[in-house]
Amino acid sequence: MTPDPTAVVESATTGAFLLVLSIVVPLGGALLAFAAGGRYLERVALATLPVGLAIAVAIAFTRPSTGAPLVYLLGGWAPPLGVALRADGLSVVMLVIVAVVICGIGVFACADFRTAAEEVEARAPFAFWILLLAVWGALNTVFLSGDLFTLYVALELLTFAAVPLVCLDGRAETLQAALRYLLFALLGSVLYLVGTTLLYGVYGTLDIVLLSRQVRAEPATFIAAALMTVGLLAKTALFPLHLWLPPAHAGAPAAGSAVLSALVVKGSFFIVIRLWFDVMPAVPGFAATQLLAALGAAAILFGSVVALRQERLKLLIAYSTLAQIGYLFLMFPLAFAPESEELHSGGALSGGLLQAMSHAAAKAAMFMSAGLIYAALGHDRIRGLGGIGRALPMSVLAFALGGVALIGVPPGGAYLAKELLLRSAVETEQWWWVVVIQAGGIFTSAYLVLVLVHALVPADKPVALRAHVPWYQEAAALSLALCSLLLGLVHWEAYLPVPQGTQSSVSALETLTSALWPILAGGVLAILLGRWSDWPPRIPLRGLTEAIIGRVRRNALTLVETLERADLVLRQWSAAGLSLLMLAIVLGAAMLVGR
Amino acid sequence: MSAATVFGLCAAVAVGLGLYGVITNPQPLRKVLAFNLIGSGVFTFFGVVARRGAAAGFGGDPIPQALVITGIVVAFSATALAIALLLRLFQATGSATLRADASTSAGSHPSKL
Repeated sequence: MTPDPTAVVESATTGAFLLVLSIVVPLGGALLAFAAGGRYLERVALATLPVGLAIAVAIAFTRPSTGAPLVYLLGGWAPPLGVALRADGLSVVMLVIVAVVICGIGVFACADFRTAAEEVEARAPFAFWILLLAVWGALNTVFLSGDLFTLYVALELLTFAAVPLVCLDGRAETLQAALRYLLFALLGSVLYLVGTTLLYGVYGTLDIVLLSRQVRAEPATFIAAALMTVGLLAKTALFPLHLWLPPAHAGAPAAGSAVLSALVVKGSFFIVIRLWFDVMPAVPGFAATQLLAALGAAAILFGSVVALRQERLKLLIAYSTLAQIGYLFLMFPLAFAPESEELHSGGALSGGLLQAMSHAAAKAAMFMSAGLIYAALGHDRIRGLGGIGRALPMSVLAFALGGVALIGVPPGGAYLAKELLLRSAVETEQWWWVVVIQAGGIFTSAYLVLVLVHALVPADKPVALRAHVPWYQEAAALSLALCSLLLGLVHWEAYLPVPQGTQSSVSALETLTSALWPILAGGVLAILLGRWSDWPPRIPLRGLTEAIIGRVRRNALTLVETLERADLVLRQWSAAGLSLLMLAIVLGAAMLVGR
Repeated sequence: MSAATVFGLCAAVAVGLGLYGVITNPQPLRKVLAFNLIGSGVFTFFGVVARRGAAAGFGGDPIPQALVITGIVVAFSATALAIALLLRLFQATGSATLRADASTSAGSHPSKL
């Protein structure tokens, strides 16, 4: 049953010890910070950040130019007996972007989680720094592990480090949000574990490379794949399994929200990619990829519309994350090659991954600036943001740049991602995903316009700031936003399967104009669907125009209310639990029938 | 019916009961207990899978056994974390329920710290 083990032995590559270091350094830092405690906590954590970043960059440069992965064999034992760590192009880019975003968040958190010299250690800073390093170590393990069970352990480590970040302040509603997150995530991980067991039972190995050589399209594999995928979707909060995300991401302190929204959901998303593209590219088939992207499209619609209706900035950003997660799943049908009937690691995969990277940097920047606005104003009601643009120009600029990067304006990473996805959609002749991709950009600009209009309106009286905002916090947010906006200029060919000629269009001027129309369309949507304190708006509208717009808006709002109500129902525990089971069945059936 | 089949069926029943409990029970403590029931079912299932090694003349495949031990440690930590959160919630509110949160979560107050 098992092929001759000697035929598949792989050896460790030079420089592979860096892979171990990238896991050991953050986790070792977390242990050291735990032992040192008090005011040494922050120093240990801040010393670990640049080291970890340097290791990630070193891995990117050590990777062989042939594109072969870096391999480290733990204890010198080759799979199937041992466990390997592998860094291919996908893991390398994720390692680097996570290191960059973690460093940004670390700088930002210096102000919020400082332990002063004379103070005894407080609980929130103590927990935050340790958890930040633990999340980092767990994410690096997710990116590097070459074994499905190691992935399970890494996934659990990630969840356990992420859950307490939700309730750092210990208020009752954040505790509830954390508990909800933990319980639903556990349900997801149990499903993943059952799938892993099934795969081991059928193929006798859990190593990704060995498994990919043996895996066949048969019922046991379909069941395993469906269970594992749905478990991971529950942890990624893809619609309709998103009940835990809005309260958890909006309730956490700003630095915590940035970690959760920018990085933690990418961990389980990355495992879905590993599973579908590396372990079993030929198993899912046409129908399952369409199903996954249909859920993504629903997430874009629900997430964006509900985001537009939020009264608080942090909840708006949390719902925007929901929509962006949906956007990430659009790549699956576009990567499906109909002639070979398997998922092809090409432009669509690069697009999806680039979108994940730009979202990581941009969303961290947006949550940070929202945190600064909250700190300065003492609230984050969108309708009360007037005048903040003058009081905190840098924070609002960071928020705006992050949002612009997400819409997909060149030279942003999201622009390149969108371009790659659109190309694949044209190549595979799936026009319906072109509509969804463009709609995603329009919706994103709608809620960005909504916030910016409120923030840039001059206040009746000057805004009295409650707290002083340190310059380096604004600088951290701004640099992450800029990082997301410049990702499109990096030459990705060495790491990602980017087709020739895509990147040349990034810097061309005419692409800028073509990227601007979604912003205009988004503005119209924001006017129609947003909550405005003074409707009709101050823009002079007369007679017929006003009547028409008012009528369209009324009709649109009834539709939106239905969506909001549906969202509320789907966020009930029992509804989400049932959708989880239903989704597993439907996904399995889609793999069985739809090929 | 072989022993492996009996154990497999038991595992399926435990997972089914646990899933029912996790989805329908409103109380978090019961959800945690039901989650542990699912866990026990899955670990039994691991044991069933380990029997495949028995065909080669071994008493069982050792790898699933190693995986089960890791799985038990993970499930134990998960339970401990959930109980700790539950105790904090009880201290903060005087009750430990998730029932109200579907309506309050939409208006949950974000905070800086």
